[in-house]
Amino acid sequence: MKPINPGQKKETDVYSRPVIGTTILTISILLLALSLVLAISVGAANIAFFDVWKAVFSYDGSRETDQIIMSLRLPRELGAAIVGAAFAVSGAIMQGMTRNPLADPGLLGLNAGASLGLAIAFSYFSNSSYFTLMLFSFLGAGIGAALVFGMSAMKRGGMTPLRITLAGAAVSALLSSLGEGLALINKLSQSIAFWTAGGVSGTTWGQLKLVAPTVFIGILIAIILSRGLTILSFGEEVAKGLGQKTFITKAVLMFIVLVLAGAAVSIAGAIAFVGLFIPHIVRFLVGTDYRWVIPCSAVIGSVFLVLADTAARMINPPFETPVGAIVAILGVPFFLYLARKGRAIQ
Amino acid sequence: MINSKKLRKAQMTIVIAAIALILVFVISVSTGFASLSPMRLWYTLFGQGTPREELILFTFRLPRILVTILAGMGLAISGAILQSITRNPLADPGILGINAGAGLAVVFFVMIFGGGSGSSIYFLPIFALGGGMLTAIIIYVLSYKKGEGIDPGKMLLVGVGLSAAISGAILTLASKIAREDYDFFANWMAGRIWGDDWVFVMALLPWLIILLPTIIRKSNILNTMSLNENLSIGLGVKVEKERYILLMIAVALAAASVSVSGGIAFVGLMAPHIARSLVGPRHQLFLPVAAMTGAILLLTADTIGRVILDPSGIPAGIIVSIIGAPYFMYLMSKNK
Repeated sequence: MKPINPGQKKETDVYSRPVIGTTILTISILLLALSLVLAISVGAANIAFFDVWKAVFSYDGSRETDQIIMSLRLPRELGAAIVGAAFAVSGAIMQGMTRNPLADPGLLGLNAGASLGLAIAFSYFSNSSYFTLMLFSFLGAGIGAALVFGMSAMKRGGMTPLRITLAGAAVSALLSSLGEGLALINKLSQSIAFWTAGGVSGTTWGQLKLVAPTVFIGILIAIILSRGLTILSFGEEVAKGLGQKTFITKAVLMFIVLVLAGAAVSIAGAIAFVGLFIPHIVRFLVGTDYRWVIPCSAVIGSVFLVLADTAARMINPPFETPVGAIVAILGVPFFLYLARKGRAIQ
Repeated sequence: MINSKKLRKAQMTIVIAAIALILVFVISVSTGFASLSPMRLWYTLFGQGTPREELILFTFRLPRILVTILAGMGLAISGAILQSITRNPLADPGILGINAGAGLAVVFFVMIFGGGSGSSIYFLPIFALGGGMLTAIIIYVLSYKKGEGIDPGKMLLVGVGLSAAISGAILTLASKIAREDYDFFANWMAGRIWGDDWVFVMALLPWLIILLPTIIRKSNILNTMSLNENLSIGLGVKVEKERYILLMIAVALAAASVSVSGGIAFVGLMAPHIARSLVGPRHQLFLPVAAMTGAILLLTADTIGRVILDPSGIPAGIIVSIIGAPYFMYLMSKNK
């Protein structure tokens, strides 16, 4: 595709690489399968690759390894894959919509909002079903987003990444303070903290049954709307000039961002930075056409989080290192690189 | 030149702020667990209280209140300096990552010494101070560009990113500490004023006694710096050197305050803005008002927290955030 507006800056020129895109998508799907098998087989009890195969495809409840795999490891790793995909895609959408290279659900208050929603659910609806928890998480993410993201996306011309990032830091501080306050009043501080730090470790099949279809449908709608997202990433004026109904596209995409972030946080707690750097890597590989960026972000995000979770289990066995910490430590050099690059804060 | 009308107004503001601070002090002592009524407070202050009242006032309430006041002043001045040298009205020591750095040091401390009482607790401020200072230096180095010096906007961004990373590290370490120690740590992070002992008052006081006059003496440099960099150079200010010194003072004040008060954000953001709207942007006038405002804010927050949840209290940091974040958003929407 040719640059639509010669006056635009270089970074908004769209370029699409279908061949590379297809290759990358294929390779990363294979990688995902491989990393899932790897993740399932290593751990406190090592399991041979072949046994993993047997457990999944010819399950035998009397074998101990089959039980470990089916009740603990498989749901956990599937959870990691889904959470990774959800965070990566919501980051990609946010970056495209706001044209802000620093957009990420963790940095912009969505994750803190979702955590607050969970704290409310834990405090006042402690016997509620997992669906209710997810709903609260989703609503919380919506509050966080409305405070930070809405302010910038709906404003003509938008705000600079520096301001949005600062607003994200402030809103996160507010929402997590409210959450902490609630937890302290209800003496739940520890259980919520340990639950949040627990990452994907406690994922159950029951949770997956709800979250997997939600995330899957969300990503599917995002792919359907990805052409509109590419046009939005040129900027509001260009999009309108091309006859794009920007408000509807934005509203639907925003809703998907909330659903994805809320669902992901309800499983794994607030993990920042996955949504920041996966889309950057993907854009570097496949170009800036979101028809490729979104599916590739989903798969590569999955691979990344599955591997990060495996690393979290392997660093100091049998203790688990919170996966959010590993992701943050990997993500920060990347953030610093973006922040130092002049373009990021213009 | 400060005209006499403005000066009078500023003096009036300082007097009113002082009265307000005393009022909050009286309210703080007379509410919550182990309280003294205003009348009894008066008698006890002048040595006519019962032994029990003296114990309550001089051993429990007064040191905590003084720590809160001093920390509020330190954070407010630190925020004022940061806002002036970065020329960014949204700067705050908490947002800059100093709280996170101090928090990481506190986790290490809890892992080594445990979170309970005992004499080792007196070393905690030193740990927190070191952590906060070290983080600030790392932020400074990371946002330094050869030939260009420091871009204040980038420094804020680097701070936000680095504090997110440090929070990740904190999470990792905190999940490994014992449950009873975790409580102490969680409360520290949430900004519970924990240094309620005369030792901590003494630990914080020298920083303020030395650094506050230094800063007020540098008011004119801050005045020019907050306007325009080129203007400052034209007026003969050695921008890079002065900025470095001022930054270090701001960090020292914030880290010292946070080390005894716990992780408190937003006071450094709010107090300078309120002060500026009261007496204008001249640092000679607004720095003292900002210090008073910071003290009032933090003491009010601590009092509210104690009243809401008696006797353990909601940490002051949480109350401050609940007040401060909407204020932050208001500031964002106001300035173009």
